[in-house]
Amino acid sequence: MNYLWAFAIGGAICAAGQILLSKTMMTPARILVLFVTLGVFLTALGVYEPLAELAGAGAQVPLTGFGYALAKGTFKAVDEYGIMGALTGGVTGTAGGIAAAVVFGYLVALIFKPKVKK
Amino acid sequence: MGKRIGHRTVKFTNAPAIISFASAAGENEKKGPYGGYFDLTFDDGLWGEKTYELAERKMLTRVSQEALKKAGLTPADVSYMLAGDLLNQIISSGFAARALEIPFIGLYGACSTMAESVMLGAMLADGGYALNVLCATSSHFATAERQYRNPLELGTPRTPTAQNTVTGAGALVISAQKAGFPAVTFATAGRVIDLGINDVSDLGAAMAPAAAETIITHLEDTDRGADYYDYIITGDLGTFGSEMLLRMISGTGRDISANHRDCGVLIYGGDKKMGCGGSGCGCSAAMMCGYFLNEMKNGRINRMLFTATGALHSPTSMLQNETIPAIAHAVAIENGSVV
Repeated sequence: MNYLWAFAIGGAICAAGQILLSKTMMTPARILVLFVTLGVFLTALGVYEPLAELAGAGAQVPLTGFGYALAKGTFKAVDEYGIMGALTGGVTGTAGGIAAAVVFGYLVALIFKPKVKK
Repeated sequence: MGKRIGHRTVKFTNAPAIISFASAAGENEKKGPYGGYFDLTFDDGLWGEKTYELAERKMLTRVSQEALKKAGLTPADVSYMLAGDLLNQIISSGFAARALEIPFIGLYGACSTMAESVMLGAMLADGGYALNVLCATSSHFATAERQYRNPLELGTPRTPTAQNTVTGAGALVISAQKAGFPAVTFATAGRVIDLGINDVSDLGAAMAPAAAETIITHLEDTDRGADYYDYIITGDLGTFGSEMLLRMISGTGRDISANHRDCGVLIYGGDKKMGCGGSGCGCSAAMMCGYFLNEMKNGRINRMLFTATGALHSPTSMLQNETIPAIAHAVAIENGSVV
């Protein structure tokens, strides 16, 4: 059942992205930023937390999940350190994701070369 | 002087002729219906080079050398090389000219570069300022993606209306006073036209008005009917842009639907994977120097109007929400015509 929810929610988020790509003039970069911001916004409203619990990686791996981690980290840091936490919490909460992106991006760039689609 | 007619057209009185031509293409273009016409083809986009930029440079250099070889010329026989491409500072052309050691005049006309170089090359040869002129241009899918959109590494999907940048190049040599070759007879320089389109994935629509304006001006200036030409060829309007062009021209009471051909529509033979067709400098250059000039040489085509279209935007201008300025230059190429 966990897998099914992860598939359904994660798939729905990706489908929304594909629709934006195909039907609007938005560039991929703009859609990515929109998804992160949307994740932050929905987490602040308390909507994303239950979704992340239900769908697990299905809601946490797509970019909205990055926004979720940003917002969650910020809330946690504000609770612990007060107002300074609003500045430090976001990056702390997403440190794993950011470091993984840099490390694996670097490794993949070392190993593979981009190719033209046939 | 008698060399200028109408508003914007020049008439070449010394019959500058296209004495040789050569083309190159990548794998997707080779698989298309005109694949057999390209002189040099390669299979992996890199052509044995380390980067796509080096591959594009090699393509432009090799195609230029091939055109010179066919004409029996060495670089020392050539007065000027007129070339341009799509990369920043037209770097492929600069490096190709470095290798060829021919006096170099760099052009930027985006995808209109092939027609622009033929127009200027014919002027130089006709005016007696050059013996032989080499006109060349290229584009490469992977380098253009990096230049205008995103690096290939990002793996961004294509939008449905987009065209595919052609990996290809074309080069030709123009000489004055040579009989028995296709001659450049007239050239009409384009004005920059911008009807306010700002969708970079719809360049055909941005360029169609420029093509229509130049073609109509050319026909008025030369007092020729649309049916005078066997073919009126546009560069890379794609399926949607071509439809727009035909409508705009029929709105002026002329009809070119029977003899209009668009290189972008032709080159992939309507393959849906390639969106609305091919685009890029190399699209019209490879089709011109691969297929159309070959047909002229064999006498299957005798009169054509080559109208290459270019979108003159830059990545920065698009980020600043500017619309897309477009241009089209037309050159008339005719067999056995002593003007």
